[in-house]
Amino acid sequence: MKALVWHGTTDIRCDSVPDPQIEHPRDAIIKVTSCAICGSDLHLYDHFMPGMKSGDIMGHESMGEVVEVGAESKGKLKVGDRVVIPFTIICGECEQCKRGNFSVCERTNRNGHIAAKAFGHTTAGLFGYTHLTGGYPGGQAEYLRVPFADATHIKVPDGISDEKLLFLSDIFPTGWQAAVQCDIQPTDTVAIWGAGPVGQMAIRSAILLGAKQVVVIDRVPERLAMAEAGGAITINFDEESVIERLNELTKGKGPEKCIDAVGMEAHATATIDSMYDRVKQATMMETDRPHVLREMAYVCRPAGTLSIPGVYGGLLDKIPFGAIMNKGLTIRTGQTHVNRWTDDLLRRIEDGQIDPSFVITHTVSLDEGPDMYKVFRDKQDGCIKVVIKP
Amino acid sequence: MRYETERTRRRGHADTATDTLARGLGLFSIALGIAEVAAPRALARALGMKGQEGLIAGYGVREIATGVGILASKDPTPWIWGRVAGDGLDLATLATALEGNNPKKGNVGIAIAAVAGVTALDVYCAQTLSRESPHPLPPMQDYSDRTGYPRGIELSHGAARDFEVPRDFRTPEALRPYTQPEPSRHPQPSM
Ligand SMILES: NC(=O)c1ccc[n+]([C@@H]2O[C@H](COP(=O)([O-])OP(=O)(O)OC[C@H]3O[C@@H](n4cnc5c(N)ncnc54)[C@H](O)[C@@H]3O)[C@@H](O)[C@H]2O)c1
Ligand SMILES: [Zn+2]
Ligand SMILES: [Zn+2]
Repeated sequence: MKALVWHGTTDIRCDSVPDPQIEHPRDAIIKVTSCAICGSDLHLYDHFMPGMKSGDIMGHESMGEVVEVGAESKGKLKVGDRVVIPFTIICGECEQCKRGNFSVCERTNRNGHIAAKAFGHTTAGLFGYTHLTGGYPGGQAEYLRVPFADATHIKVPDGISDEKLLFLSDIFPTGWQAAVQCDIQPTDTVAIWGAGPVGQMAIRSAILLGAKQVVVIDRVPERLAMAEAGGAITINFDEESVIERLNELTKGKGPEKCIDAVGMEAHATATIDSMYDRVKQATMMETDRPHVLREMAYVCRPAGTLSIPGVYGGLLDKIPFGAIMNKGLTIRTGQTHVNRWTDDLLRRIEDGQIDPSFVITHTVSLDEGPDMYKVFRDKQDGCIKVVIKP
Repeated sequence: MRYETERTRRRGHADTATDTLARGLGLFSIALGIAEVAAPRALARALGMKGQEGLIAGYGVREIATGVGILASKDPTPWIWGRVAGDGLDLATLATALEGNNPKKGNVGIAIAAVAGVTALDVYCAQTLSRESPHPLPPMQDYSDRTGYPRGIELSHGAARDFEVPRDFRTPEALRPYTQPEPSRHPQPSM
């Protein structure tokens, strides 16, 4: 089959690779009908995230049709079922899964001991996302092997397009969890850094959950325009002072809830701390660029919440913990517990409250995939979300 | 700027730092030019360059033309390079005033230092502008209709207030705003 394969920094190719096979009785194989490139994939493309090996298949947002089911998954899945595959692989049985903390499933990361070295404990296995999280081949391919398939799937009905459903795999529940982590009150101003796909979903989620005011910060005009269409007030961080504008919009008190939908590759703004990060990162003394975290901690209203869906990998420098501690801020973060939210979100899609396909700007074939990585990263051609049709 | 730069890879704006610098240099050119055209004699005296008033006034005309070029053109890049060339000429001319026993050598030194400073800015500005793509960006995609709410934003705003925030995601009661009416939802154990 054809698949998008990682070969090194900014080197992803459309290769011919062996078809996946059932390796364990709980596995299933799906024929991928649609998949997408995620901002998280860019961390691998740019190789900010360690733990990739040449030959790894990319992709963790996929859906399709079940074509083969292992013996132990037969009760839950059958050939022909239409499924969206969550990016977190879950067993459904461990203590964390039982509590709905699916992204920290204790059993699905087959390299759990490596993760435990890095993070103290294992986290869930992920598709197409480094050997730290299991080294499972990803879904930017014609076929995908789904481990623990009896639990790791979202059944979806016929009669709704792939485009409306695909993002249940990741970015929609991610934006949703980011907003839920804020426990939004009708009086809240929610400030969201990053108007990428995750930020866009977070805006819609915050609006659905009834925030008084949603403000979004980015600098890409098309993304800001799409954010505005979703009901957000926009701040272009290249042109305006983020802190000043946020204070202005909240009568000097700061937003109650702040969401970091940017993550470790925050762009340097013309601030000293950004330069500092660049230097430290270049000299391998720091792994991430936490400019957004600093800004959030500084501007957030006392007793407010910092919700962090943006991905970080390692050690962060110069975090104003004094501000966090003295202002009594709550920090909520994590990879998304996808399956915890998807039944509810599917209902909201069916109900017409939201149609997540608004975010798609490019639809391409697998062959065009490698080029689209660059277009997406460089935000060329108004690119916000790429869907691939294998 | 109007163009995407190689370095920043982003769609430019009319008010980025480089563009502002270019406009600033344009204004500076015109101001200096006017001074040279209006008072060539005073300048010549200050620099010990008596007899070269015509040359100074000529340079003034050049400065004004370049400045107008920068401000009026759509793409100031060639005009800023023009300034760099003019700076070279200015420096060469000032250098000749250092020869012999010009009693105003001190002033000439100051003038050379000033021109050298502006030259550095000109070179920086010209180089940055040259790095920008010469191709105008394609027109922006219009996403103003991409709301994501099939039934419109009014109906979707707050549509999910029925959502029970799971217990482990709830803000502690004490951190919630006082002014807010008691939430109608009953605390329930989360899933
Ligand atoms: N927690 C999860 O489970 C989960 C799931 C999916 C994605 N993510 C993460 O969410 C983040 C965003 O994903 P995406 O797909 O939207 O990526 P993206 O790269 O398309 O979007 C990031 C956006 O942030 C903007 N940005 C950069 N620096 C900024 C700054 N200083 N201030 C404000 N905005 C800035 C960029 O212009 C860009 O539009 C990534 O870190 C991704 O890894 C997390
Ligand atoms: Zn993702
Ligand atoms: Zn589990």
